[in-house]
Amino acid sequence: MADLTTTAPRAVTNPRATLQDLLPKIVLAPSFALILIFVYGFIVFTAFLSFSGSKLLPDFSTWVGLNNYVRLFNHPNWITALKNLAIFSTLYIVVCSAIGLALAIFLDQKIRGEGVLRPIYLYPMALSFIVTGVAWKWFLDPGIGLEHVMQSWGWESFSFRWIKDGKMAIYTIVIAAVWQSSGFVMAMFLAGLRGVDNEIIKAAQIDGASTLTIYRRIIIPLMRPVFLSAFVVLAHLAIKSYDLVVAMTDGGPGTATWTPALFMQKFTFGRNEMGMGAASAIIMMMMIFAIIVPYLYSELGKKK
Amino acid sequence: MRKFLMSTAAIATLFAAPVPLAFADESVEVLHWWTSGGEAAALDVLKKNLEGQGVTWKDMPVAGGGGEAAMTALRARVTAGDPPTAVQALGFDITDWAKQGVVGDLGEVADKEGWDKVVPAALQNFAKYDGKWIAAPVNVHSTNWVWINKKALDAAGGKAPETWDELIVVLDKMKANGISPLGHGGQAWQDATIFDAVVLSLGTDFYKQSMIDLDPAALGGDKMVEAFDRMAKLKTYVDQDFSGRDWNLASAMVIEGKAGMQMMGDWAKGEFLKAGQKPGTDFVCIRFPGTQGAVTFNSDMFMMFKVGDDKKAAQMKMASDIEDPGFQSSFNVVKGSVPARTDVPDTAFDDCGKKGIKDLAEASTSGKLFGSMAHGYAAPAAVKNALYDVVTRNFNGELDSKAAAAALAEAIAAAKG
Repeated sequence: MADLTTTAPRAVTNPRATLQDLLPKIVLAPSFALILIFVYGFIVFTAFLSFSGSKLLPDFSTWVGLNNYVRLFNHPNWITALKNLAIFSTLYIVVCSAIGLALAIFLDQKIRGEGVLRPIYLYPMALSFIVTGVAWKWFLDPGIGLEHVMQSWGWESFSFRWIKDGKMAIYTIVIAAVWQSSGFVMAMFLAGLRGVDNEIIKAAQIDGASTLTIYRRIIIPLMRPVFLSAFVVLAHLAIKSYDLVVAMTDGGPGTATWTPALFMQKFTFGRNEMGMGAASAIIMMMMIFAIIVPYLYSELGKKK
Repeated sequence: MRKFLMSTAAIATLFAAPVPLAFADESVEVLHWWTSGGEAAALDVLKKNLEGQGVTWKDMPVAGGGGEAAMTALRARVTAGDPPTAVQALGFDITDWAKQGVVGDLGEVADKEGWDKVVPAALQNFAKYDGKWIAAPVNVHSTNWVWINKKALDAAGGKAPETWDELIVVLDKMKANGISPLGHGGQAWQDATIFDAVVLSLGTDFYKQSMIDLDPAALGGDKMVEAFDRMAKLKTYVDQDFSGRDWNLASAMVIEGKAGMQMMGDWAKGEFLKAGQKPGTDFVCIRFPGTQGAVTFNSDMFMMFKVGDDKKAAQMKMASDIEDPGFQSSFNVVKGSVPARTDVPDTAFDDCGKKGIKDLAEASTSGKLFGSMAHGYAAPAAVKNALYDVVTRNFNGELDSKAAAAALAEAIAAAKG
């Protein structure tokens, strides 16, 4: 080898070229291997678990077929969790997008102090959901929070006890989640608004279109990709919502605010029903895939 | 698959932790969730005893009441093939672990010290598996206690209620006196703790049939409807902000006189004592009306895992120290529970502790000592939590009594399957 490299100049470039070819692969290999094992490997592992009769520990000696899934969908708590997810995710996504878009449009009016206002709206995102949850739990608690303060200020008839009311508690979680995330959605929309070509807007202004029409007919339709990104980000946050619920209500009052992620954790680790927990995790994963896969298709398809 | 997992985990630990392989001295590694002030102080007694014998104590605290987080940590350790020496555990969790074939055998110490004779049989059902001692019980908590503020009781007639009807009379008077009669926190396990006592108050046979034997007829029957009716009645004495409140805040309400009484296990006594209150003068402890003579218990135990021969001697020393009558007394005086052996003198305990020891011995001999459903000593975790769901939904008004009894029978049948 040494002889070759010193005598033939072509051979010098060859190993270097191969190295350059290989380098990205070598650099990516560890992370690829790790993801292969720790993400996809464990997804397969969980899928296996969901067909096994595992209770306390993974147990692959007994196979129960679809029994875990049957029990899952017959369990009232899972049904509650699915209903809550439907309420929570719909409201969360719609309200977050609406507030985020409105804030972004207001901030986009070339106002003074935007540099100060923008981070103010964005900061809640810097908090973890646990902090948000605890803060809102206290704020909404009738005994010490909003209701108590209002009544002590003299508004005796003021009443806001949703967090203690099984029928309304899920909406308090929506409120806290919206507070946390709408600033982030605003930032996404703001970036989108700034990306709109000024020429188009000017052309529309010359044609005599009002600001409202410009937004309604030109800018917002142009932001379709931003809406999609916001939807995907918010939807998967909604499906895996766990920490916020644990901090605010821990599933209560009663079982009123159970969510699928809470169900998964409680069944796998608290109730020694690892098989059912795995089944619920697989269902959650399928829900996320149902959102992500079409999105990836549309995004990747466009580039080709 | 399991083997593959274990070997990968073993390789991972080889790379990750260059642990010194040989320990010259003996040591025990203890996984527990006693991290709050009083509990940690109580555990410190054991630690000191062991250190006096040259055994190093490696602490592995995983906080979180009820030990759910600790059990999750334990799963990881056992799957990796490296269990701690001893683990704090409760009821059916111990049996579940024993079924996995990973627990140790304390027979050597137990036989020598005669545990069979002094530990109540109801506890042995959990501390032994397949005839072998696998866990050392530390204490017995009983859950069918009521803690009453003495002033509030005096204002309500002064006589501690002995029957359900008397209880309602006292609660009504407390309500008329302008306080919230029942201090309670709306968390599933707290609702279930009251439910235990309510079921027991409808007869010890009924408790055994429904909670221990899980007889579907008893679970869905008329008597269960009555139990849920009683729960609904008790709900009317709870203030409207009860949902989600921690149990110690409910105790604080009773201590401050904002609430009249709390139905809670004997760990609540610690809160009263910490506030400088004295049993008999500031607060009164009674059994849940209608359950005097019977006891629903839960018991903290240290479950011992299979360890290498080099650690075995230390494990045995720890087991022996736990069952030492001196330790049982000093630990339980601090913790608020009663000793797990019936031959420990009650001299160091306060009046409520003395009553607890006497009641336990009496219930144990008369066969009225039952595992608490709410605390995992009557049925495995899946069944316990199925009951939690129904009880808490009923208590929060989602299910009426008839529907709740039917749902209970159904949910428990589903959880058993």
